[in-house]
Amino acid sequence: MRSALIKLMTVLLLLLMSGLAMAEARPMGDDPVVEARLKSLSTELRCLVCQNQTLADSSAPLAEDLRREIRELITKGMTDQEITAYLVARYGDFVRYRPPLNTQTLLLWVGPSLLLVAGFAVLWGVLRRRNAALQDESDEGDEA
Amino acid sequence: MIPELGHFALILALLLAAAQAGFSFSGASRDNATWMTAGVSAARGQFVFTGMAFLSLAYAFYANDFSVLYVASNSNSALPLQYRLAAIWGGHEGSILLWTMTLALWTLAVTLFSRHLPAVFRARLIGTMGLISIGFLLFILLSSNPFDRLFPAALDGRDLNPLLQDPGMVFHPPVLYMGYVGFSVAFGFAIAALLGGELTTEWARWTRTWTTVAWIFLTVGIAFGSKWAYYELGWGGWWFWDAVENASFMPWLVGTALIHSLAVTEKRGAFKLWTVLLAIFTFSLSLLGTFLVRSGVLTSVHAFASDPRRGVFILGFLVLVIGGALTLFAWRAPKVGLGGKFDLVSRESLLLSNNVILVASACAVMLGTLYPLFLDALGMGKISVGPPYFDAVFVPLMMPAMFLMGLAIFTRWKSTDLPAIAWRLKWAFGVSMITALLLPFTMGHWSAMISLGLLMALWIVTTAWVNVFERVKSAESAWWATLIHLPRAYQGMIVAHLGVAVFIIGVTMVKGYEIEHDLRMSPGDSVLVGGYSFHFDGLSELPGPNYSAVQSHFTVTRNGQLLAVLEPEKRIYTVQNNPMTEAAIDAGVFRDLYMSMGEPVGDKAWSVRIYIKPFAHWIWFGCMMMATGGVLALLDPRYRRRSKQETQA
Repeated sequence: MRSALIKLMTVLLLLLMSGLAMAEARPMGDDPVVEARLKSLSTELRCLVCQNQTLADSSAPLAEDLRREIRELITKGMTDQEITAYLVARYGDFVRYRPPLNTQTLLLWVGPSLLLVAGFAVLWGVLRRRNAALQDESDEGDEA
Repeated sequence: MIPELGHFALILALLLAAAQAGFSFSGASRDNATWMTAGVSAARGQFVFTGMAFLSLAYAFYANDFSVLYVASNSNSALPLQYRLAAIWGGHEGSILLWTMTLALWTLAVTLFSRHLPAVFRARLIGTMGLISIGFLLFILLSSNPFDRLFPAALDGRDLNPLLQDPGMVFHPPVLYMGYVGFSVAFGFAIAALLGGELTTEWARWTRTWTTVAWIFLTVGIAFGSKWAYYELGWGGWWFWDAVENASFMPWLVGTALIHSLAVTEKRGAFKLWTVLLAIFTFSLSLLGTFLVRSGVLTSVHAFASDPRRGVFILGFLVLVIGGALTLFAWRAPKVGLGGKFDLVSRESLLLSNNVILVASACAVMLGTLYPLFLDALGMGKISVGPPYFDAVFVPLMMPAMFLMGLAIFTRWKSTDLPAIAWRLKWAFGVSMITALLLPFTMGHWSAMISLGLLMALWIVTTAWVNVFERVKSAESAWWATLIHLPRAYQGMIVAHLGVAVFIIGVTMVKGYEIEHDLRMSPGDSVLVGGYSFHFDGLSELPGPNYSAVQSHFTVTRNGQLLAVLEPEKRIYTVQNNPMTEAAIDAGVFRDLYMSMGEPVGDKAWSVRIYIKPFAHWIWFGCMMMATGGVLALLDPRYRRRSKQETQA
């Protein structure tokens, strides 16, 4: 959707500019579809030499190189999964900001939903027990 | 000489903090009024001497005293004065001193505004804060002394990290710390109540005021930090789920839960124990945040310190504080009564559901922040947990909270008729549903996440509207008069909730409709982005006080009309030889035009990033509305009138 939008705007831009004598700015890459994929892919990847920055946001030279490499991989026709797998094989899981789901990260991924469910279960249980206790108290009060 | 005086003042402050804790607690246990008064005086003296230490360090920065190691490491003679002063908290030692200074300030405030409290309770509160002061003053003196001398003195300083040379960094840390550390007062209230074994509804009302003030500071502080990241880091991100950001966000989430549970405790005398536990947890998370940031266990944008000794000290202190508080809790908890009765569906139960969700969210943030650290420590490999994870986990957790937020304001204490409320809200639900589904089509493209975001925001807005409208309609006076005379606490609640909606709109629109272009431009080039034409007029050199910069000049036009002149810079800070990107932003109500310079790419050409960020400023405006809601709630006469009565009584 987004890439289509960018494509459309590029066409519009070219049309607009063709009549003008003004020089036009060139995008850093040639193919807007490739650029869009590079963008979405690199927001999930870590810039390895930066402190805590995505590959998309970083302007470090190494990030620049890696982006160029990914751009080439995309033009070669590799899918996003293949490219990620290739980078993980080279740099390890550290390079992905979205950790993979495996035995090591199981707790990380299911933890939040477990916490929420457990939280509500506890709340439910406590409220019921509390109401029962308060009922007993008032019953005793009635008898007295 | 002045630095030695500062050092000496810190030692005196430590002794006074010990006196503050000692006199207060022993005075309280013997009901000895003289000793308790001595505790108050010691607390004020502690403030004076901590303040003297702080001013001494400020003077060392002001006077460029590079014989002080900390000054030499974090300042430079060419650094402008306002940044020399902000450099006080630009490194580890000074940050901890700021922490202690803030704690002393809160302690002073407590001694001044707590005369209405029962004497014994007040003494225990001040004593508890004294114990925390002891911990931090010891930490400074043993492992983080900012007054250590450098011999021979440096000729000039190594300069402040250029990222921190920004007006935002002058305000962000003090305000954030006011929030962080302010929760120590709520913690003190909790400990004092547990020691006394008495948890009254008055207790909840006193705690609520202090908690709300701290929460306001924390909200504003986090918003400042986010804004700073937005314009200073050069890629226009406003939140990165960085561990340091999370460190401040966890106490915010639990602090928000605390404000809501205090409402239940104050109004209904119920769930006192839970409220006390939350007060303990909120401050514990502030301490955990300090540990994470200051121990060096993280490597991130903000953490500049690494010294295992410090980590061990803070960890020990953390264990002592949390362990001690929880032990006290376990010992005293059974003595507390149950409070008022309420049904499974009532305002009480909905507020507690809010608590469950907020606490679960805080735990999820903690899980994501600590998980890679634990894996790494256990030698199980390095992983990165970043924005994709947190977005995937946090958004689903927040959705029920947003839904309940709209619903809960209609519920009643004790028992509530849910079907009747559902009927009253049918229009609110229908309108927000249809608008959320259709609105994205008018803006270019539709996605489920955009619609969902809009739905949550619109639901909060429409339910708030119905709620206010029902109140105004049933009143006899003019609508605006009714509106003004609604209880301040109610107004505050509505404004804060609307702030959440405004915030969600900002986040949704920026995420959904941001346009980003990565371009190569030479002077004379033009480009059309999102209907705006950017023309590159040229480059110029711009000498700064401690940096040299290349400034580019762009004119932005739309349909031939001049809109803005944007002048992003690339700076080289001369001392550390650091390149920095200064973004240029034309902020608007419905969109920000954001530009930053990348690298030179040959013959006057530069790589340039141009972003159109729709509704970006709504993010921070929403935060400010939340804080304003807090301020309105504080103005509620309920808090002041009763405390006056108590003083007279």
